[in-house]
Parts: sequence; C-alpha cells; structure tokens
Amino acid sequence: MAEVEETLKRIEAHKGVIGTIVVNAEGIPIRTNLDNSTAVQYAGLLRHLTMLARSTVRDIDPQNDLIVLRIRTKKYEIMVAPENGFLLIVIQNPCE
Amino acid sequence: HPLHSETEEQIVHVYTKLRAEFGRQCLFSDRPAELLVDVLPDPSLGLQFIHKTPRDQALQACRDMSEHQVNTERFESDSCGINHVEGGWPKDVNPQEMEQTIRFRKKVEKDESYINSTLQLGSVMEHCIRQNNAVDIYQEYFEDEEEVEESQEPPFAKTINVFRDPNEVKRTVTCLSWHPDSGRKLAAAYSCLEFQKTSKDMSLDSYIWDVENPNRPEMTLKPTSPLVCLEYNPKDSHTLVGGSYNGQIAYWDTRRGSQPVELSSVEQSHRDPVYKIIWLQSKTGTDAFSASTDGQVLWWDVRKLSEPTERLVLDPGREGNLDRALGAISLEFESTMPTKFMVGTEQGVVVSCNRKAKTPAEKIVCTYDGHHGPVYALQRNPFFPKNFLTVGDWTARIWSEDIKESSIMWTKYQMSYLTDACWSPVRPSVFFTVKMDGVLDIWDILFKQNDPTLSLKVCDEALYSLRVQDNGRLVACGSQQGGATLLEICSGLSTLQKNEKSLLAAMFERETKREKILEARQREIRLKERSRSEQSREEEGGREEGEESPDQLIARAENNFFSVVETELRRRREKEDEENREKGVCEEKEVKDEAETSQ
Repeated sequence: MAEVEETLKRIEAHKGVIGTIVVNAEGIPIRTNLDNSTAVQYAGLLRHLTMLARSTVRDIDPQNDLIVLRIRTKKYEIMVAPENGFLLIVIQNPCE
Repeated sequence: HPLHSETEEQIVHVYTKLRAEFGRQCLFSDRPAELLVDVLPDPSLGLQFIHKTPRDQALQACRDMSEHQVNTERFESDSCGINHVEGGWPKDVNPQEMEQTIRFRKKVEKDESYINSTLQLGSVMEHCIRQNNAVDIYQEYFEDEEEVEESQEPPFAKTINVFRDPNEVKRTVTCLSWHPDSGRKLAAAYSCLEFQKTSKDMSLDSYIWDVENPNRPEMTLKPTSPLVCLEYNPKDSHTLVGGSYNGQIAYWDTRRGSQPVELSSVEQSHRDPVYKIIWLQSKTGTDAFSASTDGQVLWWDVRKLSEPTERLVLDPGREGNLDRALGAISLEFESTMPTKFMVGTEQGVVVSCNRKAKTPAEKIVCTYDGHHGPVYALQRNPFFPKNFLTVGDWTARIWSEDIKESSIMWTKYQMSYLTDACWSPVRPSVFFTVKMDGVLDIWDILFKQNDPTLSLKVCDEALYSLRVQDNGRLVACGSQQGGATLLEICSGLSTLQKNEKSLLAAMFERETKREKILEARQREIRLKERSRSEQSREEEGGREEGEESPDQLIARAENNFFSVVETELRRRREKEDEENREKGVCEEKEVKDEAETSQ
C-alpha cells in the first residue's frame, strides 16, 4: 500500500507530468491527482482506445502484447499502460 | 407389328364392325372448277384512301417500361454532442455520494491485484517518462529553413457546386457578386440579353445563393424588370444594388425582404439596359454609379433614387451630345484611385475619365482604342493599378495607362468570343477569362504568355459572367442556361509566389517600354512622311502610303495602264519585225508602215 503511494508520488514528481490516473476494470478512476470530471472523461475514453490498441497488436501477432500506448498531441503526451485490467494513465508535457 | 416367321405365322388382329354402322361410303368424283364468288376491285373505293409511301411500324411484344429519375428529399442532418454521465460504478454505489465513492475507492486500493498491477505499471511508465524528458524525439531540427514547396503537380481546378436557375424558362446569368465578408453567399443576376427573345412567362427574379446549398436559392430578389447587373455593397453586406434591363436602378436590403427598398424613376434612369453598376468609396457608403449602352454614366445616391446625382455623356467629341455617344458596356473603378474611372464601350474603345473635372468636356481624359467589338470586361490589376485588363472580340489585352496607342500585351485570337475576365485578387500575374464555348481559361502571364495555363470546359453552353472571390480560390461563372458553376482553384494558382510582384513589375515595364519605343518610331516615320510628301508632291507621290488626292491616283492609274499597253505593242512589233526580216525587205517596210499608221 505504501509502495503504491510512493510509486505514484514519484511519477507525479517527474518533470512535466501534469496528471496521473489509475483506472480499474470498470473504468472508475481509483486514484488521481486531477479533478473528478476530467479523470472520468480520460478514463472512459482511453479505456476503449487502449483495448482496441491491444487487440490490434494481438491480432497481428498473438504472442505480442501492448505495453504502452503513447498519444502525442500538440499540447502534451498521454501515456496509457494496461495491466491486469487496470490502466495507468499519465499526462506529461515534455517541455522544451 | 405381325411377326414374319418361316411358316408365315402372322399375328393378326381382327376388328369387326357392322357395315351398316359405318355410314355411307364416300364417292368422290371429279368436277371442273366452278367460280363461286368473284369480287372485283373497285377503283372508286381507292379514292377514299390516301396512298402513303412505305411506312415503318415497329411492334414489340414485350412489357411497357419507362425510365424515371427521382431525386430524394434532401436529408436534413444536424450535428450535436452527447455528454455522457459517469458510469461503471457498481449497483450499490451512488456516484453522486462522495462518501460511498471514497469508500469504494479505498476498498479497491487494498486489493492485491491492484497493488501488484500498479507497481508494475509504475516502473513501465517511469521509463517512458524519463525517456520523454531525456530527448525530445519530435524536435524540429530545421525550423528556420522554410522548405520551398515547388508543387510539381499540374494546375487543376475542381467544380464544387452548380447552382441552376429554378425556373422553367432558363435565363442567362449576366452578373455575379460575392458577399463581401465571407464568400459564403453569391448573388446572381438573371436576365435574357438576346433582343426580343424574352417570353411572357419568363421570371423576373434574381437570386442569392448560399454556397453550401445548391438546391434552393437562399433569397429571391424581385425587381420590376430582369436584372442585368447586381453588386453587394462592400461596406454593408446586407445591401445590394442592381441595374435592370429597362434601365432602372434598384436597391435592396436583405433584411427587408425580396422587394426592392427603392427604385429609381423611369424618366431619370438609363434608356437601355444597365450593364454595370459599381459601389463607390464614400463616407456614407451609399454612392454608386452605373453605365449603360444609351451612352450615359450616371451617379446615384441609393437613399434617394428618384434622380441621379450626376450625369456624364460619353461623347468622344466632348460636347455631351447623346447622339454621338458611345454605348457603355463595362465600368471600372478602383477605390485606391477614387477620382479616376474607366468605361468600356460597345465600339471597342476604353474611355478614361476624371470624376473631379470641372467641365463635362474635361471629364473625358483619353481613349484607348484596341478592340474590334464591345469591351465586355475592364479591370485594373489590383497590385499594379496602372495596368488594366480588357476583354472584347476574341482577345484579352493588357494595357498600360501611359500608352494610348495600343495594348502592351495581348493574347492571340481565340477560337470563340471572350465574354468576361477578371484578375486574381491574390496573384498579380493570374487572370481568368470565360468564352462563348463554355470554357474558363486561367492565364498566368509569368508562366506562359501564349496560352492559358489552365483551360477548363465548364459547360456546353456559353459562359457570360465570371467573378473571383476575394480569397482567390473560389471562382463562380455563369452560363447562358442559368447555371452558375462554382470552382475551386488549386493552391498553386491562388497563393502568391516568391518574387512574383517584382517579376511582374519588370515584365510590365519591359512591355511598356517596348510599346513606347514602337510608338515613338511610328511617330518618327509619320513625321518624315509628312515632311517628304509636302516637299515632293509631283514626283512619285504614291510610293509610301501617304495622303494622295483622287486626281493623283487617277493620273497614276492612267500612266500605269498606258505604259503597259505601250510595252506590249512594242514587243509585238519587234517580234513581227524579226519574222518579216526573213520574208523580205519590201514586205518588212510595208508592215512597218502599217504598224506605224495603225498605232
């Protein structure tokens, strides 16, 4: 429990990280440092996208699996990592 | 079938019937042919019929089919967004309740799988984050060097929409005007310019179209007489002014409906169709001036259309004589030069005028004579106002204001009549022309001078009007059958190229200089001729095409004739002499005498 806290805090402390969301299998944000409505929106939208990406990767090669899905947008980068039904979403602004 | 065996045993079937039951036997006998009926042809019956030369009648034993086209109703679609509410919560948790959600979350956080997963994910994610921070893989390395995109692709234009005249009887689209702000609306004036071809049920309306909706015009304008020209007010996009076929000017406000807000009085207006009307640059934004083939240019204030504010008669003799006036068919006004304007006439002459002149005689400054037919379009180059484009007969010509004798550049004679032209508002070297064979030509004089850079067949009928939208990409052209076609030009022809202005300025200068030199030379030659012909009137007065009096011409012709006769006679004499020399001396002498007497 404490390790989880520590890990997440370390992630949030990195340069440029705007927000972090941990989402469970039902799409509910468990732990986040953003406001609830934003977190819910990210969770809902990214869940579908991640599942689609994952099935794409596995369709091409069943031995393969999705590790991280990175969406680079004009303003920031969204990184989604699925594991065991849970999702970790990190929004980072790789500032120049 | 009876079997035939050695013993001739036959299987025989015996069928018996009493003779009495058969009936009487048929006794046939021969008899000669007997005429029973003879129907003779009755010629008198033939008179009841008209002889028709061989007729073709096709018959087909099949089901009757017909082809029918149906256009479905326009599908109305609307865009709207959906906001989805939070979900995914298990049934016993109310998402609105803070306590319940917190409790749920805490429960999940204690879950084994959660902890493991998060730790795993954490390490993966940290790696990515560190990567991002280490090197920016999307860094732009050569930001400063702007890549010169030389589009290798050939120029093209595509049709976006066609707006057709909704009425049964189709009229020509004689003028198009874009909405000043957006280019989303296009006003089109419809009229039939062919003399006495208008039918009673021809509609008088003109329309304003929304570019996105070609099915139905956005607004109808109902004048009392078909509109020949129509212009949006560049200062106030709700108002339009139009010139109609009977010479009246009408003023509309689109907020006030389809009827004109004001109409000029018939007595004070033009006597002929108003071919062009242009809004002027004024403080009130309500001034316009119009031109018509009755030889007048009238200035109006649209708030008071009962009579024009000013009048100018296009008399080249500068006397204001309406009988000798040139019919005006196009007008040009550039807001950067508000005192000058130009009029293109039916006689092929472009008249340059000064508005601020004191007397009517001074109003007409100079004329440019170049075309064999009416000057249908006239426009200054938006980037080089000293040069203007005219279109008439089968050529398009570019002029420089300073050279009055001829145009500085011109296209070769096209296969069909040119009806309208305009410069591109974005690229100084590009202009558009439309022809009577339904072709739109786009000319880029920096690229190619002899032929259009792009030639598009827009429709089968003649194109009569053309207007480019201010962004330079959209072009609308109007056809004889009432179809206004909207085309989009490729970016190559609608974006300013590097050095374009300077190159074009150099080209115009060069051509202007050439014309000046030619003009000067012509003048020199003419001066020389005049001085020479004054000195030597008698001798060889006809070597150059100087002015010769009729007497001189007759004398010259006579001289030529008699000298020819003389040479011929001399030749014949000499030939005869040679022949007769062989015959004898005396005969020779005789012949000579005869020849001399008969001369």
